[in-house]
Amino acid sequence: MAGNWVDACAAGDIDQEDVIRFDHSGRTFAIYRSPDDSYFATDGLCTHEQVHLADGLVMDEIIECPKHNGRFDYRTGAAKGAPVCVDLKTYPVKVEGGRVMIDLG
Amino acid sequence: MSAAPRVVVVGAGEAGARAAMALREAGHVGEVVLLGAEAHAPYERPPLSKAAIVDDEPAFPAIAAAADLAGRGVEHRRGATVVAIDRAAGEVALADGGRVPYGRLILATGAEPRRLAIPGGEHALTLRDWGDAARIRRHLAPGARLCVIGAGFIGLELAASARARGCAVSVIEPLPRPLVRAVPAPLAERLAARHRAEGVDLRCGIGVASIAVERDGEPFTIALTDGTTLGADLVVAGIGASPRVELAKAAGLAIDNGIAVDGAMRTSDPRVFAIGDCASYPLALLDGRRVRLESWRNAQQQGERAARAIAGDEPGVAAPSDAVPWFWSDQYDLHLQIAGLPDGAAPFVERPLGDGAIMLLQAAPDGRLLAAAALGPLGAVARDMRIVETLIARRARPDMAALADPATKLKGLLR
Repeated sequence: MAGNWVDACAAGDIDQEDVIRFDHSGRTFAIYRSPDDSYFATDGLCTHEQVHLADGLVMDEIIECPKHNGRFDYRTGAAKGAPVCVDLKTYPVKVEGGRVMIDLG
Repeated sequence: MSAAPRVVVVGAGEAGARAAMALREAGHVGEVVLLGAEAHAPYERPPLSKAAIVDDEPAFPAIAAAADLAGRGVEHRRGATVVAIDRAAGEVALADGGRVPYGRLILATGAEPRRLAIPGGEHALTLRDWGDAARIRRHLAPGARLCVIGAGFIGLELAASARARGCAVSVIEPLPRPLVRAVPAPLAERLAARHRAEGVDLRCGIGVASIAVERDGEPFTIALTDGTTLGADLVVAGIGASPRVELAKAAGLAIDNGIAVDGAMRTSDPRVFAIGDCASYPLALLDGRRVRLESWRNAQQQGERAARAIAGDEPGVAAPSDAVPWFWSDQYDLHLQIAGLPDGAAPFVERPLGDGAIMLLQAAPDGRLLAAAALGPLGAVARDMRIVETLIARRARPDMAALADPATKLKGLLR
């Protein structure tokens, strides 16, 4: 499968254990860099009240929604308890030539 | 005979619904019966002063769909009003004459809006449930004149929502500034200034003497204590709420500014728990002092705590809770967050957060971080507040001068 790889940002644009917002084609995504230097991508809005996750706090493998502290594992998108019960959609990520690419499918 | 007791939850608001669902997550295998007086699925209350007012056809903010409750084996009975607790028999009595036996009982009866004790005070609506929000919204056509009595969170959020609908809004507050009890003065003053800039006629330090209906063609005439009057198409009172303790009191449970519970939310009867707005519990952060909190996060955490205690069959009296009180409010595009319980009389240090947002932080005399509050756009406020809340929970003693310096990265303090 060819995929639909999109150039999101430079690898250095994201601090370790942090997240940035990436908007593309009218959609919004969140791109993460884990403490062990891996990159991940999910939908950008919390499944609870449509708030930008990129304003939230990354701790280890967890992103916390800035508004009500809904928690997700950003590697799998799994919701980690109240108030969030719907998982986040995740997207494949690769780093090529210092650029972070995400596959929007 | 089943080893796991049947748990009956009285009240299907945030606390009750979360407790019912958390029982399963905590491994409880016995029956769970959720008794709610309202005809709706359990729903979140924070939107009632915001989207439920602003939107013409607001989405119903369900906590869990009927299928989610059923899928967890929670039997939700709607329109079920509990009128008595029979502790000797281990039963609750319903208004329709039915009786529901329990092995463990969780009281999540919430709080009742206070009514205005003035002539005509009964004409002021209050905002507590989904039906209240719908009633208020129907009256708020563009150009309608709303008078809000009380500049607390509900009053100010309602004022902002009514402005978004194009209503003319006045807010009357007897105390010298809004949000006196909960919010540090510099932030409350910023909020007040924003309301005035948005066209709200906010009058502080002035009381309401009476409310008259249909006088001289005015739907409502509000007489103020300075002798002036205001005309309005709708009057809403937001002057606080009292815990609903009548059932517990009649059943002989200990009451102390709410139903008194231990750190595991257990009442003076070890088979009965109380959670949410109706309960007062000891907080480790305040050296075990008892507090009663009316907030969404508190309702959730207490529901989950009671569920764990029941599923784990914890014996004895639990230690004070190690929770950190946390609260938020949205007014216009301003987001307010408070962690801990700020003491308005004690000093704060100020940390600028960018985008015009500021954070105020407060430490105990021994240096322990006690409370923080921040106001500004959500994106400028949330991350640092979450970090500070974690520091409070850890009983950290950070260098307050470093906290006040915007060059200090707060996340580094967590390591």
